[in-house]
Amino acid sequence: MSIELGHFALILAFGIASVSAVVGYVFWRGSERVTHYLQQGAVLQFILVAGAFAALIQAFVSSDFSLSLAFENSHSLQPLLYKITSVWGNHEGSMVLWILILVGFGAAVALFGRNLPRDLLSLVIATQSLLVAAFGGFTLFTSNPFARLSPAPFEGRDLNPILQDMGLAVHPPLLYAGYVGFSICFSFAIAALISGRIDAAWARWVRPWTMLSWTFLTLGIAMGSYWAYYELGWGGWWFWDPVENASFMPWLAGTALLHSALVMEKRNALKIWTVFLSIITFSLSLLGTFLVRSGVLTSVHTFASDPTRGLVILSLLAAFIGGAFILFAIRASALRTGGLFAPVSREGALILNNLFLATATGAVLIGTLYPLLLEALTGTVISVGAPFFNLTFAALMTPLLLLMPLGPFLAWKRADLVAVTQRLAFAAGLAILAAITLFSLSGSPISLAPLGLALGFWVAFGAIAELIDRAKLGRVPPMESVRRLMGLPRSAFSTALAHFGIGVTVLGIVATSAWENERIIAMQVGETTTIGDFSVEFAEFADAPGPNYSSENGHFIVTDQRAGTRDVVAERRTYVASSMQTTEASIETYGFSQLYVQLGESAADGTHIVRLWFKPYITLIWLGAIIMAAAGALSLTDRRYRIGAPQRRARHAAEPEAAE
Amino acid sequence: MAEIRKSWTRKQKRLGIIAGIGVILGLATTLVLVALSSEIVFFVTPSQIAEKGVVAGQSIRVGGLVKDGSWSREGDTNHFVVTDGASDVAATFVGIVPDLFREGQGVVAEGALAADGSFVASKVLAKHDEKYIPREIVDELKARGEWRPEGGGP
Repeated sequence: MSIELGHFALILAFGIASVSAVVGYVFWRGSERVTHYLQQGAVLQFILVAGAFAALIQAFVSSDFSLSLAFENSHSLQPLLYKITSVWGNHEGSMVLWILILVGFGAAVALFGRNLPRDLLSLVIATQSLLVAAFGGFTLFTSNPFARLSPAPFEGRDLNPILQDMGLAVHPPLLYAGYVGFSICFSFAIAALISGRIDAAWARWVRPWTMLSWTFLTLGIAMGSYWAYYELGWGGWWFWDPVENASFMPWLAGTALLHSALVMEKRNALKIWTVFLSIITFSLSLLGTFLVRSGVLTSVHTFASDPTRGLVILSLLAAFIGGAFILFAIRASALRTGGLFAPVSREGALILNNLFLATATGAVLIGTLYPLLLEALTGTVISVGAPFFNLTFAALMTPLLLLMPLGPFLAWKRADLVAVTQRLAFAAGLAILAAITLFSLSGSPISLAPLGLALGFWVAFGAIAELIDRAKLGRVPPMESVRRLMGLPRSAFSTALAHFGIGVTVLGIVATSAWENERIIAMQVGETTTIGDFSVEFAEFADAPGPNYSSENGHFIVTDQRAGTRDVVAERRTYVASSMQTTEASIETYGFSQLYVQLGESAADGTHIVRLWFKPYITLIWLGAIIMAAAGALSLTDRRYRIGAPQRRARHAAEPEAAE
Repeated sequence: MAEIRKSWTRKQKRLGIIAGIGVILGLATTLVLVALSSEIVFFVTPSQIAEKGVVAGQSIRVGGLVKDGSWSREGDTNHFVVTDGASDVAATFVGIVPDLFREGQGVVAEGALAADGSFVASKVLAKHDEKYIPREIVDELKARGEWRPEGGGP
């Protein structure tokens, strides 16, 4: 019964969204009552979709296999957590999660956006509702998650074993929150284009939403990368797989958007570009969520797909992205540009940042879609792999990273490059010194690694240098420095922290790529091998039962001169319901480095194939991402950017802008 | 320097910025084109290896099914045969094959031909989904009329 109620709730939400979209677009200039209706509608959509989602969860938790989706993706022996996560471990259920987050953001705008100009708010909710109607309709008509089976089977088919992991509980919700959050920027952009209202205040309203989504997306991508690293057993943390690229492109565009919105907010410039980026970022998010479901791309992460669904998805994508760009083409000229500045200035630096980020997004997009185009046009099947992306992406990121520490030092309008260079000389020297020291300690052959390390340190130290400089550390008495530091706005800290996080990630990437050590060896129980400074003894091989799987466990004793001896277990699991195997590698952390032990299949001669990796400083990659996300969260706590707060500043800022 | 910059007109500034953007975009485009021409990997089936004249050492992806009864492992080296029904190619791979690597299942292996015509894989991909066969292989099998979806289509 609750399943039918859930189904009905989703249909109702779809109906309300459709009406809201029509009403919003037709009467956006209308009376206060229209806006009120739209606000209530947005909240109601959220309540209904939450109810639909709860009905699904309830069916999964109670192992109600008369629900086709639960039969396909769940099993009564699964632990509770995986029963819940099974809801979104498949196409249909993940669509409901996606829509739930979409209506969640819509309701948040309706509730927190009370102080927005009425016409803007109406248009934003209308656009959000249109998205809900489109994707809700898509879910209901092509991928109904509430379909029943009769007679109900006794047992489910089990969730894909690879997905039976904590990662599924965390990664998709975070990633979707990131993707979908950008819909708010999109809706604001559409609203701005329709109403013609775009000024610094607009940027101030959009920025916290961008920041929030960006923070979620950063965490989501980092989480996904770590999940792939420990679960797939390939030892890699990024494969430039189409699906990974699909999540990375909105991140790059969103990062650019954060920076361009800053220029717009402070200097009332780059308006058209910021609106354009808002549209692009969400378009890329849509591409990310749906291209992989359409079946046109093959990837390690794809959901099972069917061709009819693919066609609907591609039409929806074309309608939203195409529609937005047509609107942009018609209306963009109506937006007035403003703000004069010299090439060497904060604005100039931020334009450069946007240029490199946008170009990098383009390069990733080309690499992802080129095989599709080539196949469609010539029939030749190719794959564009890591070498392409490593080459183009690294080449585009290097200048960006080199210039990154300079940006925050430059003054708005016109800056003195020489003076800035002098203030950063110390950080640069320190970065080079640190790179040389670390590199000579490792005693590896000459390569590009020291340059990469210097770059990472430069970004990290440069970020801190800005805070030190603003606190006048060493130039005024220490107490005065502390007082100055305390007086800095939180945005200064969040900028420094985010840039520092990038530096940390770069260091992790360079160190892992340069010094990774890998051994593949066939071992017998009792045998000992070495990797780097570690000696690894294969102590025992045993069978062990699990709740819905049986596993083969390899016990290893890892000895390191400094860290002592540790027992580790690498597993191979065979899941009962699907008879699928998964590899649960053992990952031991030593400082920032990790030792990765993977057990392969056994042979008739009694040997087991074992793969050992030593990955120096690899955790820095994800640590950097966490620092970046923390910076995003910190920035959101800044009173000036709080989601509900802008109205105070808006009134304030509207005055000077009005004279423009 | 500073004096010269002050005397820049609005138009000159704009032109300067546009020229700078143009230069960077131009360089980036060149880079992408160069990378595309040198770093792409062609996907072939065992039959196409001969048809297309793939030379030893050229980086390719071979897709097909792992031939029944062909997979063996000695030490750290896996031996298996990739087939598309019409032709076979013997492949070797050092390392642990993915969890879903099975005889009779679809596989995509990346690597290059050795001088003796066998295929040395540096990477072996099998997919998450047990129902999964890479789309390229499905297309190829369909084209050859050997597509039997009872094994579970993608």
